Amino acid sequence: MARDGSDDPASRRGRGELESEVLGALWAAGGPLTPGEVQRRISGDPAYSTVVTALSRLFEKGTLTRVRSGRAYAYAPVADEPGLAARRMRQLLDAEADRHIVLARFVSDLSDDDEQALLRLLGEHPRAD
Amino acid sequence: MYFAVHLPLLLPLAAVPALRALAPHLAPHRAAWMLAGAAVLLAAISTLALLVLVAMGVSEVPLLAVLGHYTPGGLPGVPGTAPLTACAAVAALAVGLSRTVRRAALHSRGLSDALSYGRGLADDRELVVLPDRSPLAYALPGRPGRIVVSSGMLHALDPAERRALLAHERAHLAGHHHVLLIAAELAAAANPLLHRLLPVLSYAVERSADEAAAAEVGDRTKAAHAVARAALAAHAGGGPHPAALHAGTGPVPQRVAALLAPPPARMPNTHTSRAVAVVVAGLLALGIGACVESVVDLHSAVETAQAAYGESD
Repeated sequence: MARDGSDDPASRRGRGELESEVLGALWAAGGPLTPGEVQRRISGDPAYSTVVTALSRLFEKGTLTRVRSGRAYAYAPVADEPGLAARRMRQLLDAEADRHIVLARFVSDLSDDDEQALLRLLGEHPRAD
Repeated sequence: MYFAVHLPLLLPLAAVPALRALAPHLAPHRAAWMLAGAAVLLAAISTLALLVLVAMGVSEVPLLAVLGHYTPGGLPGVPGTAPLTACAAVAALAVGLSRTVRRAALHSRGLSDALSYGRGLADDRELVVLPDRSPLAYALPGRPGRIVVSSGMLHALDPAERRALLAHERAHLAGHHHVLLIAAELAAAANPLLHRLLPVLSYAVERSADEAAAAEVGDRTKAAHAVARAALAAHAGGGPHPAALHAGTGPVPQRVAALLAPPPARMPNTHTSRAVAVVVAGLLALGIGACVESVVDLHSAVETAQAAYGESD
């Protein structure tokens, strides 16, 4: 049924979105992962074949490298932003606070009170898993 | 009815508190659009009102009367503007416009930096990972928009939280939230009385993206954890930040609490919030009406004066 990432029954996630999550999982792992390991590190139970397709596509684009690991390949992200691009991105992020309005940040800075409030909220609502 | 020209100038004093009171009662994306739209509208009509005041003052200058073909000594029916008022209007207009132009230049530099960074990337992938241990996550506007996340942030989150983070940033890009923020910020540069709308708008924009993230992972608690853990990781990872030293509870715990509460669609549409909505709409309509009236009045006064000048010739 789920032959393609754009038709994943576990979610309405598109191809690009799944590729982002695959890439995110590989970066988070910090070492090469087989498709099965990647599948377990992606939320929403994507089909194995969907994950394999996303990995192959990212490998063809040069975003990932792969090494043989038994019968399967293990994939790892290519550190593709060394040097100039990453430096320019850092400069962009470090530019005066005013300019950050262009770049919506995921989380703003916390005060010490905020930190205590967050820890209390997390304690009151532990994750289900 | 020349007092009408002062109304758009004072309107933010009533409209800003009303908008701030109304925003929490709306779905976050509606609140964001309302706040940005109202900020731009209020800035536009107060700027127009200043222009009318300046024109009223200028109309009393004898030389202009000669050049404009009307009787010197002011326009008929237009009350003499105190020189002080006219000067204050000129000063307010000049300061507002120069501030707006400077902020616009800054934002367009920021946007063009973002665009050129995006163009410098090899392909059109959505997620760009910075090999950096400090936890960072940004939505970078462009064609296509990119989500820039540090490897440190990806390490700090579990699979569902990573998915929530990506969905959150994607919602910023899809909703063009940077456009709303820039528009409102420019409005506040033109009229400083609108400044207090900015934190409310930025909160509404974040809440809107948080709701998109919760819908994507299908679990509000997981989305709440994503926001909380990302903020805690960034707090622990980054050095002390001057902006972090303020007292009281900031936007992040409020966002987490909102995600742990029932979804906003299920919030009751109270009488109070409907009443506040009517007040906001009424104030904005009043402002537009006052502005239109003073422009129309000034225009017809100039025409009358020119006609009288023509007859006296």
